[in-house]
Amino acid sequence: MYKKIFIEPLFKNNPVSVLVLGICSALAVTVKLEPALVMALSVTIVMGFSNVIISSIRNTIPNRIRIIVQLVVVAMLVILVDQILKAFAYEVSKQLSVFVGLIITNCIIMGRIEAFALANKPLPSLIDGFANGLGYGIILVAVAFFRELFGSGSLMGYQLIPASWYIKNGGFYENNGLFILPPMALILVGVFIWVQRSIQKELIEK
Amino acid sequence: MNTNNNLYTIIYAAVLVVVVAVILAFASSLLKERQQRNIEIERKEMILRSVQLGTDQAARDNDKDSYIEAEYAKYIKDSSINEQGKDLTLYICTVENGEKFYVIPLRGVGLWGPVWGYISLKSDFNTVYGATFDHKSETPGLGAEISTAAFYKQFENKTVFDNAGNFVSIQVVKGGADLSNGHEVDAISGGTITSKAVEDMLFKNIKEYTTFFAAKLKEAEERAAEAALQVQLSDSTAVAPALQVNIK
Repeated sequence: MYKKIFIEPLFKNNPVSVLVLGICSALAVTVKLEPALVMALSVTIVMGFSNVIISSIRNTIPNRIRIIVQLVVVAMLVILVDQILKAFAYEVSKQLSVFVGLIITNCIIMGRIEAFALANKPLPSLIDGFANGLGYGIILVAVAFFRELFGSGSLMGYQLIPASWYIKNGGFYENNGLFILPPMALILVGVFIWVQRSIQKELIEK
Repeated sequence: MNTNNNLYTIIYAAVLVVVVAVILAFASSLLKERQQRNIEIERKEMILRSVQLGTDQAARDNDKDSYIEAEYAKYIKDSSINEQGKDLTLYICTVENGEKFYVIPLRGVGLWGPVWGYISLKSDFNTVYGATFDHKSETPGLGAEISTAAFYKQFENKTVFDNAGNFVSIQVVKGGADLSNGHEVDAISGGTITSKAVEDMLFKNIKEYTTFFAAKLKEAEERAAEAALQVQLSDSTAVAPALQVNIK
């Protein structure tokens, strides 16, 4: 059962490509691979722990203020992640800038708390949180991989396309500027959804 | 237990908020020192960059923090000048061959938040030696480009005074700067407001130092004149014994 909770969000029930949640940050932080990885890691951590915390206090939460309680817990975790990044990964935290703060509003997190953590025990909730974070991360990293490779000719900051290939150095190659701009992230996410739907026929609406 | 009870709800909310506040306050005080250090290192790195130092990639990869600290301690002296009752910060950089550069801190208002930077002038207080900019939250890909080398490298060897000695600062020109003009650099396409913010920031911040520059230049001139006089004087003492001989 735990295995199923873990495997499903990675592909079959992926939060980005199937549920189409958390798109906003997928557009913003995927120009380069490194911030995308850190963002994926941050979301995974926040999601895992917020699921565990909410799940373990789920029977005590007054129903009328449950959304507020969820927000407070998520916000606390996000601020903690932000502070830790500022202390130990300053450059990356500058690149992510406001997007770390915006994890609070990431629909996947609230979605998983409402749909899963409120009705399940802490351990399955933890697995569900991590798995959804990873599912989100896979898409983020895949988008960032293509955007950085074609947009900047590098990966993780290492130049892969030889400098002599570029037109300005007398070569034949030019980076595709469209890959750096946000619309390309949307197009890439669209392509992933297309690929997934052609593999998983049951997702196609009648 | 009835969790929908009003009293229960209020107490629950209060306790939750207090617990969260304690955790956050604790984390913040624990991490503050390291965060401050990061900000401090970044400031020093920017000052060094404005005088074209601190760029040794191997040393940076090895241990960036201590490398930046060491370079800063080696070259840069913080000083402060008082101009019309206002304390202005001035960083003086002395390189190995004795040449001095004067680094002026810049503060301005961008489109979405503050922009800042450092500009260094050569000892004629006119020619720009280097500049560097950063921003809090300008639009990535547009205004945010001010922090890239492609933008700040343009400022090198520009001058802030015209030939008549009037302060003109440096203009950030939309639609292509005239390269033969020593006071113009290219603006960023799509980042006009941020580009203009940089221009305003340069004008306002450097202007505050102009009287100080004038005084410094005058001082240097006087010193040069004095030195010339010294040469004349020493010449006259050289002829004096000859005169005395004649008198005898």
